[in-house]
Amino acid sequence: MEYKEKSKIIDSQEICRALKRLAHQILEKNPNPANLALIGIQRRGVFLAKRIQDIISHIKHVDVPLGVIDITLYRDDLTAVGPAPLVRQTQIEFDISTKVVVLVDDVLYTGRTIRCALDEIMDFGRPKRIELAVLIDRGHRELPIRADFVGKNIPTASSEVVEVKVQELDGKDEVVILEKNNE
Amino acid sequence: MSEWSRKHLLGLSEMSKEEIEAILDSAKAFKEISKRQVKKVPALRGKTVVNLFFEASTRTKTSFELAAKRLSADVVNFSSKGSSLEKGETILDTLRNLEAYSVDIFVIRHNHSKAPFYLSTRTQASVINAGDGLNEHPTQALLDMFTVRERLGKLKGLKVAIVGDILHSRVARSNIWGFSKFSSQVWVCAPPTLIPKYYSCLPVKITYSLKEALSGADVVIMLRVQKERQSQMFFPSQREYSEFFSLNEENAKLLKEHSLVMHPGPVNWDVEIASCLKEKVQNLILEQVNNGLAVRMAVLYLLSIGKKYEVGS
Repeated sequence: MEYKEKSKIIDSQEICRALKRLAHQILEKNPNPANLALIGIQRRGVFLAKRIQDIISHIKHVDVPLGVIDITLYRDDLTAVGPAPLVRQTQIEFDISTKVVVLVDDVLYTGRTIRCALDEIMDFGRPKRIELAVLIDRGHRELPIRADFVGKNIPTASSEVVEVKVQELDGKDEVVILEKNNE
Repeated sequence: MSEWSRKHLLGLSEMSKEEIEAILDSAKAFKEISKRQVKKVPALRGKTVVNLFFEASTRTKTSFELAAKRLSADVVNFSSKGSSLEKGETILDTLRNLEAYSVDIFVIRHNHSKAPFYLSTRTQASVINAGDGLNEHPTQALLDMFTVRERLGKLKGLKVAIVGDILHSRVARSNIWGFSKFSSQVWVCAPPTLIPKYYSCLPVKITYSLKEALSGADVVIMLRVQKERQSQMFFPSQREYSEFFSLNEENAKLLKEHSLVMHPGPVNWDVEIASCLKEKVQNLILEQVNNGLAVRMAVLYLLSIGKKYEVGS
């Protein structure tokens, strides 16, 4: 199915501000950053988590450990029609059992990705708490999951697609809404 | 390549460079799973894997069994010894009987070349070749390539020397197909009796001198002298063989500093490799075993998830 760009909703400056706000909110809720750990969800969540890590280290002068998680093997639609998605690297090189883990992703939609990530993190140990930070919450949840920290709420139709672009992968920072091309 | 759609893994000869890369990339992700507190992921929950071994095997079978279990599949092990094959059942009937249990993947080893291919044309399930006669042993070559890529950072432009019983080695053949797809030069080295005539048609350089094979090699794969296949005399004695074709302290000096010495196992020490080198080479040989698990997890995952096409359709 082809999609065309409908509108640009966030530019790079606004992404930068949103991430700063998220970092401050995370620190406000977790005043002791020594217990804190960030885990970014492949792929774009990883880059957002890295940036939040940088902002926190700038504010508090501490390096919060950063992990990377790929949720492919925990998906609930793996046996559905379609070729096997390739699995990317998961890397959590710290002991999560003493940590408050903040999970970072670009878009919160059905909540199914987050369910996978929660299950996967539990296989690494038993964290004190898991919190969720997302750049965009676009609604349409299919599971009882909510985010603790939201960069921006964007009401969407389910026929639309929210695409987050990051400098590291896409050459620029922006968020756009795509819709099905009916022409 | 962003997705996988091949149904069977029968050999590296028919696979593209991109497909091999997709397996090696996935294996990198699967290797991490064995380091977790809970060494298991739910990807193959509800799938059934049958290890169908018509020939003796401990390493490959154990590796496939553990790989399937770490992916949450159910595993059934079948060995021809003590089975109805001894009562005269054909392999096709054996396969059909097992298939009645709704099997998703057959991992097949057979002493006849192309037996897994034959069975793949007669089953709905996916087939993985775990070694067929003198033809191929694709997962062993994939784990060798994975190990090389991990250690040397590339697969291109390498000199890969395979030394030993080339005649009986399906591992050699799979490695030749694999490495040559990445523009690496494979050398084979053995007594003339152990290099088949048709090898002159393969993309390899042939030498009978171990010195020539070792000098400047980036990778050396020492093959096991297969005592069970030595009923015909391919060389006068084991002592004479090791005199000319074993890796020892002296000829190991011809290798580069970064050169890798690998062995598919089990090693006959002092026949293929001098035991004084044991400490130097053993770590990598055990690492190969660990990598084999990751590669087989990747293969099981890629073949059993999603919709597949049949080769040729």
